[in-house]
Amino acid sequence: MIASLLATPVNTGKLVVPHIRYLSILPPMIMIGGAVLLLALASLVSRPLRVRVGTWGTVLISGTALGISLWQWTDVGDHGAHTYVAHAVVMDGFSVLITMLISAAMLVTALVADGYLNREGVEGSEFYVLALVSASGAMLMGMANDLIIVFLGLEILSIALYVLTAYNHRRGASGEAALKYFLLGGFSSAIFVYGIALTYGATGSTNLTQIADFLAKNVLLTDGLLLAGVSLLLVGFGFKVAAVPFHMWTPDVYQGAPSPVTGFMAAVAKAGAFAALLRVLLSSFGVISSDWRPIIFGMAVLSLVLGSVLALRQRDVKRMLAYSSINHAGFILLGVESARASGVSASLYYLFAYTFMTIGSFAIVTVLGREGDGDHDLTRYRGLARRQPVLALAFAVLLLAQAGAPFTTGLWAKLQVVFAAISGGSVPLAVIAMVTAVIAGYFYLRVAVLMYAGGDDARADAPQPAGSPEPHAMISFASPEGAHANVTTINDELLMTGEAPAPFGEDLPSVLPVPALTGVAIGLCVGVTVVFGVWPSPLVDFAHQASLLFLG
Amino acid sequence: MLHTTLLLASTRPALPDILVFAASAAVILVGAVGVVTSRNPVHAALSLVMTLFGVAVLFIEQEADFLAAVQIIVYAGAIVVLFLFVIMFLGVDRSEDVEVEPLGGQRPLAYILLGITLAGILAMAATSHWVTGAHQVVGPIQGHITASSSSPSGEVAQLGKQLFTTYLFAFEATAALLVIAVVGAVVLARRPPVPQDSESERAEGKLSS
Repeated sequence: MIASLLATPVNTGKLVVPHIRYLSILPPMIMIGGAVLLLALASLVSRPLRVRVGTWGTVLISGTALGISLWQWTDVGDHGAHTYVAHAVVMDGFSVLITMLISAAMLVTALVADGYLNREGVEGSEFYVLALVSASGAMLMGMANDLIIVFLGLEILSIALYVLTAYNHRRGASGEAALKYFLLGGFSSAIFVYGIALTYGATGSTNLTQIADFLAKNVLLTDGLLLAGVSLLLVGFGFKVAAVPFHMWTPDVYQGAPSPVTGFMAAVAKAGAFAALLRVLLSSFGVISSDWRPIIFGMAVLSLVLGSVLALRQRDVKRMLAYSSINHAGFILLGVESARASGVSASLYYLFAYTFMTIGSFAIVTVLGREGDGDHDLTRYRGLARRQPVLALAFAVLLLAQAGAPFTTGLWAKLQVVFAAISGGSVPLAVIAMVTAVIAGYFYLRVAVLMYAGGDDARADAPQPAGSPEPHAMISFASPEGAHANVTTINDELLMTGEAPAPFGEDLPSVLPVPALTGVAIGLCVGVTVVFGVWPSPLVDFAHQASLLFLG
Repeated sequence: MLHTTLLLASTRPALPDILVFAASAAVILVGAVGVVTSRNPVHAALSLVMTLFGVAVLFIEQEADFLAAVQIIVYAGAIVVLFLFVIMFLGVDRSEDVEVEPLGGQRPLAYILLGITLAGILAMAATSHWVTGAHQVVGPIQGHITASSSSPSGEVAQLGKQLFTTYLFAFEATAALLVIAVVGAVVLARRPPVPQDSESERAEGKLSS
């Protein structure tokens, strides 16, 4: 196979167009083609119907892509993994699972976005078009067997996300976040391309298989060019997966983007970038793993520690989830660092669990953000369980899953990457990861406790206009509702407030309506998280079978 | 001829090559510094043209005539003209106040980092050979060279063939980028629809009344 790859097509004067196996590239084709069709269709219907058409169109398109990826899975099982279309793409278990994951994430995001777009009164169909094309970019990254395809996937994914971040015209924060994301993202893409150029200079190819073959057959006496190329590639990937020290954009962009977009970005961009990172590092640069493993080790440690510690300080739930996603990136890097097949499947499983946890969490944040999508202070979650018990329960489950609680996919995900790190010989990394999991558990539990222990927000906030700690103490002794006020004090300790809690308007409804489709999306996410947490074997086996082609 | 030039370039460059390289590198650097330092945005854009022109000369020196032409037409021509349009629209006379530091201490920090980076690059340049060796650099390109010397059509045909064979899928995938560019530009340029609607309704109301 590799020998036939290396036989460069000798020019005979006639153009021989490579054979295209359409099944291998069908999911991204459906996403892009569907997006264009949707754009045309939505412009034909009347304005109020556009969001609905967009939602159901997107559900249909991503459902089809999901179905086709199942077909691909059986094909890979029957005929084995191969490269297709002049060796530019690869269809193996790994790429198919990533395609499935991204299709599912797109489907759930469409359900969440429906409620959001209707609530905000933002015009609809382009949102879905951009999201679909963005998802196709992530799919390309997962199936790429050429650095050029990886780069194109990265750009398709990112440029659509820049626009989606700025989608809501009425929020100033949205535009600011988009500009930050665009400038930093463009910069990191340029670094990534330079990495590709240097890698090409060192190995003579951009094709991942040919690079692997070159490195297997040749010993580079002076490998400065190659190492520089690989490290620049790592910078580009590090930016996309939001690993420290390339995480600076994450909190601002996650906070500023519309909440459904944040969930989509957190899930899909991470899935695509990690897929490409795993394939590039393990398939192509597996021979020089002793060179890149220390870098990944450092990035993992920094992401784990800074992500969990900085999340403790956040009062905005979206910022807190942003830092927690940095912490998650650190965990997934554990699997990358182990540089072995078990690490690949552990990372894949973690991505799978993380996708549903994070989209579900941001769906709930979308609902609780009220109209305007700016209401994400921690104080808003106080006493949520009393007002909306089902929503609070769903959020608590998703947060506990992110913390790695038993009976959720979060536990199995964390266990697998830690075991992979140990089997890869990086015991210190595994220990650090477990310590940060405990730290992260604190801020997830803080929100959960606030939702359940906190009083009703209108009553709790009424007697404390000044907000300094002293009045609380006085009230807790003097008030006839002593028990209730004590709870308030506990809440404020949990929130680490020294400042006044945000004033609550009387006109705000205390029970927020959950749109039906958003409810379905949240139900799906919680369902996947719990069902596969209680009954883990099918998904774990699935991830184990999703091996990389040309691993080694 | 192409073959020998490339080999020469990878083993020991001839004196004219060095001279051309040095001259165009100087042009590129002067232009690049000009982009960052000139206060007038139009001068900065023109300095960018200078840099791009220098890069085009480097392409010619590497016998990549097509790339040089594209570099001049697309970058120095179209893109910089677009830049100038935008600058003119935004107003040339409005100068940015660059004296106020948004982040305290970033300037000294930048100098320190610059020093470290320079020292690192110099140390690397002093201790290692960056070129991986003539065989490896020329090896994969050699197939293309023999191909181009056998067919008289030259490198434009080469590029076209590569696009429709090896890089077919990448070439097709760029279509998605164009879709995003069009849709994204429309989304970002569109005004919020609500005030427009109310305005048009008001206008209609006036007309009907």
